[in-house]
Amino acid sequence: MFGRFLSSQNSLLDEFWRLQQEMDELLGDGASSSGGIRSLPRGSFPAINVIQTPEEVQVYLFAPGLDPKKLDVSIEQGLLTISGERQIRVDDNSTYYRQERFAGEFRRAISLGEDVDAERITATYRDGIVQIRLHRRESARPRQIEIH
Amino acid sequence: MATNSTQVAGRESPIATPQQRERPSELVIRTPVDIFENSDSLMLIADMPGVSKDRLDVRVDGTTLVVQGRMQFDLPEKAVALHADIRAALYRRSFVLSRELDTEKTEANLKDGVLTVQIPKRASLRPRKIEVQGS
Repeated sequence: MFGRFLSSQNSLLDEFWRLQQEMDELLGDGASSSGGIRSLPRGSFPAINVIQTPEEVQVYLFAPGLDPKKLDVSIEQGLLTISGERQIRVDDNSTYYRQERFAGEFRRAISLGEDVDAERITATYRDGIVQIRLHRRESARPRQIEIH
Repeated sequence: MATNSTQVAGRESPIATPQQRERPSELVIRTPVDIFENSDSLMLIADMPGVSKDRLDVRVDGTTLVVQGRMQFDLPEKAVALHADIRAALYRRSFVLSRELDTEKTEANLKDGVLTVQIPKRASLRPRKIEVQGS
């Protein structure tokens, strides 16, 4: 997914991202790439991708193993807030070697801009990804201006 | 004894099998995992959101367990990325297994983007309680 943005036509950009990812891993606390003020360090839960088309904004939450009913999604003045809890049962009779998966409460916020229509939101959950679709207001859509 | 396998069970393998090799520049997501064991089996749980069953590959190659999956979905035309925490589509991890694990009986289950792999231990190698005789 999103590989299209990194396709061969953009191989220089591709290389740049690969280098940045390596640097982030080396330095340990790489800030999320977009530089948004609410962006969180790499590895935050849930990871979020946002795409935009002329008609809508789509938000993807990478939230595996969640009960979608327990996810709280709200939008206010273009700021989308997601909060919830992922409970991971720990087996007391087992010996643990790795516990890398996120457990506990989470909260993330992401600014979608002013032009999303808060009244027209749909959300679906599939294969551990929550897809939230928000319509953009007509007035905000790019229009083709005809020249006579 | 269960403790014999502890270091081995969770050690990551640097080996990549030929099937795993992708084009060199492809980014790979290091799937976060929980690994634990009880007296009967070793469990591996991996977060792989966006991977459906038909795009998941769990295999034991010799003594290496390889977990690999590719997420897939269709982006609409004219889409531009506004924000992307995830910039790759391929998940992969591999681990070196230890001998007492009965890999023939490995079971894998995928639900809501969470993969659970259970590898039972060979019955003869499970820990036994030794009764201590006292006077």
